[in-house]
Parts: sequence; structure tokens; C-alpha cells
Amino acid sequence: MIVRELELDLDAFEGPFDLLLTLVLKEEVDLADVDVAGIVVRFVERLAERETLDLDACGEFLVLVAALLELKARGLFEDEAAELADLEPEEAAEELARRLAEYRRMKEAAGWLAERLAAEGDRFFRLGPAPLAPALERRLAPQDPEALANVVRLLAAEPPAVSLAHMALRFPPVAQFLERFRALLSRRSRFDFDTEIDGLSRAEQAIAFLALLELRRANQISISQAAPFAPIRVSRVEQESAAVNERTHAWNVRSA
Amino acid sequence: MERPLRLVTANPLDQLARTLEALLVVASAPLPVEELTAAADDERERIELALGLLAERYHEGRSGIVLEAVAGGWAFRASREASEACGRLFERPVQRGLSQAALETLAIVAYLGPCTRPEIARIRGVAADSAVAGLVERGLITESGRDDGTGGAVRYRTTPMFERVFGLESLSQLPRLDDLPGDVDDLRERLHAVAEQRSA
Repeated sequence: MIVRELELDLDAFEGPFDLLLTLVLKEEVDLADVDVAGIVVRFVERLAERETLDLDACGEFLVLVAALLELKARGLFEDEAAELADLEPEEAAEELARRLAEYRRMKEAAGWLAERLAAEGDRFFRLGPAPLAPALERRLAPQDPEALANVVRLLAAEPPAVSLAHMALRFPPVAQFLERFRALLSRRSRFDFDTEIDGLSRAEQAIAFLALLELRRANQISISQAAPFAPIRVSRVEQESAAVNERTHAWNVRSA
Repeated sequence: MERPLRLVTANPLDQLARTLEALLVVASAPLPVEELTAAADDERERIELALGLLAERYHEGRSGIVLEAVAGGWAFRASREASEACGRLFERPVQRGLSQAALETLAIVAYLGPCTRPEIARIRGVAADSAVAGLVERGLITESGRDDGTGGAVRYRTTPMFERVFGLESLSQLPRLDDLPGDVDDLRERLHAVAEQRSA
């Protein structure tokens, strides 16, 4: 692969690489407009198309692109040569003389420092971080023990009892519904749960349902429902035992 | 050794001098008179008198410890006759000396500081990065704010350590720039000759 024949298709330039270099050197193309990264990408693409690595081509390309980059960098920053070039020859000479004189004086000063360092080189002294400054003392306002006692006394007072009245949930005990359903079942062999609880509050309906479950657990009733959300039908079971009654009683006491 | 001791004990400033002595031996950097005045809680004039008394006692040739005015304050150092022994046990603050580039950079910072690396490079004509980094590492110069312009390059100034190493009471002890030979006229003539050739 011949680097100089690398075909480029950039915003500022289209054609072979060597033509771009010629135009740049003749200052017919402004390097500031040339996308150097684009050139590198194009070269790497071409390189990838080949099976073998052409080291000569890579080396030549590196040299050319490096030179291009240096030229571009110089072009982007105004340098001192340009500043001086704008001056008349006499002014430029004056400016150069001024700078050289400044440097020469600094060189003399450096010489003086070197002599001084040689003369004072045998100075030994303590180095290192200084001990810390003492911590600032915090100044408190004058304190009155009486005032402190009063504040502590306020803190020690029994706080007023907090009322929980607003939190109380008022609902009837489960036992009330147990009795009601038992009484109902002593008169009828079956009833419709939804009809019985109709008109009660949500809490009361929930308690009534708990009572229903309790009766079912004690095996005093059987429950059936045709479909979800359909009316719940309750019917009596003809067997009771003392033990079941007792357990139900205990549960009622706890839950009441 | 008898006489100066008796001299100090007989002096009414004796106690103050002992206090200053104690402050100076604890300090690891030169203490300005203002700080000594505040710490000793005494009048400035009396402090200065007491420091004079101490400087007389801790004098080169009279004591292994020397009291000197350096870097804007007062500090103890080892006497020169003990420097050889010190050198066997301790490293010198600038052990390996300074290169020409470092010395020139140091001179520019000392005279023109606070100044930036581009300014130093402009005067020396070569990049100052490594010289500046080396001087910062040795503690002879330090960062001192940034340039106002765009980019805001870091400015550098010399440290009290620089004044101490070079034995300067302050930067004003550096020789005046105008007193340093610049040989400008010779340069100017040669440059004008070149300029005429170019314009011709």
C-alpha cells in the first residue's frame, strides 16, 4: 500500500493524501479545517482491508500524520514568531533585545543563587510540621444553677396521659352473634347469611362472619355458597358436644 | 561561657528571654516578631530587646545553636562548625544541589513571582514543567493562586523554606535586578545589525 495514494473524502478536501500535503504546504488549504482524525480512520480502514500488516506504510503514515498534527497545532495557537513578525524590523530587534536582556539578568540571578547556595549549604535547621495550635476554648454564657434546676424540674414532671379515645373501635362481641345465630337455628333449620346481616355496619358484618366461622369450626352448622359473591346459606347440623361449647366459650372470652 | 550567662540573669528581660527561647525551640518554622509578641503576651519593644539578647548569646562561635533572623522571622539553626557532624546524621534541605534550569526557574519565580509556567517558559525559551515540578517537590516554590486570564494557569511563588535554605531575611535581600549585568547595549547593537540585513 502506498500511503501517498491514500484516497481521502473529507469535508475540506477530497483526493489523494499527497495532494493534500502539497496543498497544505503551499498554504492553499487551511490545516485548521482538515479533519486529521478522519485521515487516520481512513488509513486504518484501508489497513484492515489487507491481510498482511505493511509496516513500511504504517511508519510512513505515522511520520506524515505526526508532521501534519504539529503543523496544525502550531497553526491553532498564535506563536511569538508571529507576534514579532508583525513588528517593524527595528521594533522586533528591540523586543528581542529586551527579552534576551531579561533572560540574561535571570541567568545572572541564578548564578547569584548558586553561589549563595554553595555558601549557605551547611545550614541545618529543624524542619517539619509545626505543633498544632491549641484548640479554641469554648466560652459559655454565665450559668445559673437555679435556672438549670427549673429546666430539669420541667423535664421531670409526669407527662399528661395520652387519650386513646379516638382510636377505639366500637363493635359488638362475637358472642352476641353466636347467640343470635344459635337462636335463629333453633327456630329454623337454615337461613341466608346475607339477609341476616343486611343493614349492619362493615365492622358488625365482619364480626358476624367470624361468629359464622366459629360455629362452623364447632361443627354446629354447614355453609354453602353457589358461586363466588353469591348468597351464603347456613344450615343446622344436628349434633352438639359439651367440649365444643366450652372451647367456643373460651374463644369468646379472649376475643371479647 | 560564664560571662554571657551572668549577663542574661542580671538583665530584667531575663524571664522574657527564657520564654522566647522556649517558643523558638518548639517551633519548626521561623517565628515572626508579631507571633512571638502575641505568644509571650508582652510589648513588642521588649520582645525585640530580648531577641537581641538571645541573638548575642546564641551566636556563631559562641554556641552550637545559632539564633538568626530569617524568612521574615526568628529561628534556631545549627552552628556552622557543627555542620559536618549534622551532615553525617541528617540530610541537608537541598542535598543534591540544583541544576542550571532549576536555578534559573527559581530566580525567575523569586524575582517575578507569583508567575506561571508559560511566563517562565517565555523568559527561558524552553518548557519549565519539570524544573517547576522539581522545585515544588523540594518545597522551594509553591502554588499561589491562578492567573486571571482564560485557562487560569497556576501561579508560583517562593516559600519561606527557600529563604531559609538561602539564608535570606526576606526576598528584598536578593540583589537588585538592575544591579545584575544585563549587557543589553551589546545585544541591541548586534540585533539591529541583523535587522538591517533582513530589511535590506
